[in-house]
Amino acid sequence: MEQLLQQAINGISLGSIYALIALGYTMVYGIIKLINFAHSDVYMLGAYFGYVCMTSFKLDFLPSLLISMILCTLTGVIVEKVAYKPLRNATRIAVLITAIGVSLFIEYVTMAIAGANVRSYPPQKGLFAQSVNLGNINITMQQIIIVSITIILMVLLQFIVKKTRIGKAMRAVSIDSDAAELMGINVNTTISFTFALGSALAGAAGIMVGIYYNSINPLMGMLPGLKAFVAAVFGGIGIIPGAMIGGYFIGIVEVLVSGYSNSMYRDGVVFAILILVLILKPAGLLGKNTREKV
Amino acid sequence: MLEIKDINVHFGVIHALKGISFTVNEGEIVTLIGANGAGKTTTLRTISGLKKLTSGSIIFEGKDITNASAQDRVKLGISQAPEGRRVFSSMTVLENLELGAFLRKDKKGIADDLKMVYEHFPILADRRKQAAGTLSGGEQQMLAIGRALMSRPRLLLLDEPSMGLAPLLVQEIFNIIKDINKAGTTILLVEQNASMALQIANRAYVMETGSIVLSGTGQELMQSEDIKKAYLGG
Repeated sequence: MEQLLQQAINGISLGSIYALIALGYTMVYGIIKLINFAHSDVYMLGAYFGYVCMTSFKLDFLPSLLISMILCTLTGVIVEKVAYKPLRNATRIAVLITAIGVSLFIEYVTMAIAGANVRSYPPQKGLFAQSVNLGNINITMQQIIIVSITIILMVLLQFIVKKTRIGKAMRAVSIDSDAAELMGINVNTTISFTFALGSALAGAAGIMVGIYYNSINPLMGMLPGLKAFVAAVFGGIGIIPGAMIGGYFIGIVEVLVSGYSNSMYRDGVVFAILILVLILKPAGLLGKNTREKV
Repeated sequence: MLEIKDINVHFGVIHALKGISFTVNEGEIVTLIGANGAGKTTTLRTISGLKKLTSGSIIFEGKDITNASAQDRVKLGISQAPEGRRVFSSMTVLENLELGAFLRKDKKGIADDLKMVYEHFPILADRRKQAAGTLSGGEQQMLAIGRALMSRPRLLLLDEPSMGLAPLLVQEIFNIIKDINKAGTTILLVEQNASMALQIANRAYVMETGSIVLSGTGQELMQSEDIKKAYLGG
C-alpha cells in the first residue's frame, strides 16, 4: 500500500509535466487543427533557458521559471509567424510536414549552439533539497513544487479561456473561425495568443523537468512530446480538461508499470494505450462525436 | 448606404461574380434572389470581408471599404448572420450573444441591446444558459440573427434565414426581420425562398450564375412572368 502511494505521488509529478505539454498540443490542435510537432522542442528549449538562467546568471528557481516561460512564449509565437502563418490556406499535410521540419531545426540548432552532450542542472539547495516523510512515503520538495505550480498554471489557464475576452475569442475561433471573424475577432492574433499560452506552459514543464531529473539534452523533447501527444489524444484532442486528465493518467500508468513490472515496458504500455483509445473511443475520453442539428 | 461597383470574385479559375453592381439605400430591405450557385452567398461574404475580390469596389456610407479587414467592417456597422447559422455550438446562448458584441466596450449599450434581442426573440432569454448546439434549427437561426444584431449594425446581412425551417417558423422569422428593419436597421437579404423575400423587400435583384439579370421593386418582380416561372413555382 505504501509503495502504491509512493508510486502514485511519483506518477502525479511526472503526469504534471505531461499534462503541461499536452495542453499546448491540444490548444493548438483545437484552433488550427495542427499537430504541432515543434511543441516538444519548445519544452526542450524551456529546460535550456532555465539552465542558462540558473547556471550563467545564478538566478533562483522562480525568476528562472518566469524568464524561461517568457522566452518560450516568444519562441512559440515566432515559430507560428514564420513557419505556419504563411501556410494558413495550405493543405493540412503541408503544415504538418513543416512542423516536423521546425522540430528538427530547433533540435539541431540547439545542438549546434549548446552541444549534443547531456548537461546537468545545478544541485538544488535550501528548501528545494528538502523532502517530507509521511511514514515510509517520501515526497520531495521538487515534487511538491512541480505539482503546485502545475495546478496554479492550470487554474490560470482555465480562467483565461473561460472568463477573458481573448479566451472567448480562442474558443470561438476553435469552433468556427469564419463565424468568429464575422464577430470582429482577429483570427490571426487569436492563433498567436494560443501558441503563446501553449509555449509558456511547455517552458514551465521544461525547467521543472530540469530540476526534477537534473539532466537535459537537445533531443529530450522527443519521447515526452510523443507521450504528451498520446495524453492529449487520450483525453480528446482539442479539449483542455481532456489534456489535463490524459497527462496525469499517462504519468501514473508509466510510473506504475516501471514500479511493478519491468521499466522497459513503460513506453510500450503508453503506446498500447494510444492504440486502444483509437480503437475503442477514437474521439478520446471527453471527446464527443458531435452531430450537427439542421 | 452600400454601393457595390462592378465587383469580380474568383475561386481559383472559377469566375464566381462577374462584374456585379447594386446599391442598398438607408432604411431599405433589399433582397438578392436566385438559384443555388448563382453567387448570392459569395456576394455577402465579399461584403463582410470573408472573401477577397479580384476587382471592383465596395463603398459603405461614402467610405471605400474594398480592402478593409472583416473586423473593420464590423466596427463600421456591417454585420452578417451567415448561411447555415454557424452558431458557436458548444458555447451558451448568452456567450454567443456576447461574442456578437466582441468589439464593443460600452457595457450599458451592450446590456440594452441584449434586452432588445431578447424582446425580438423571447425564446433565447429562456435558453440563455443552454449550449447553442442543443437549440432547434429555428432557435439557432434566431440566435444567429440576434448575435449579428449585438454589434449594433447599421447594415445587417442575412444569408438564407429560411433554410431548413418549417413554413410557420419562416413566417415568424420574416416578421421579426421586418420589425428589425422598422427599428432602423438596413437589411440585405439573400434568399432562395423568393416569394417570402419579395413580399418583405423594398427592392430586389435577381442573380444568375454570377451576374445580376433583373432588378426592381419587390412588387414588380412578384408580378413579372419570368420570375413567377423561374422562382415562384408558377
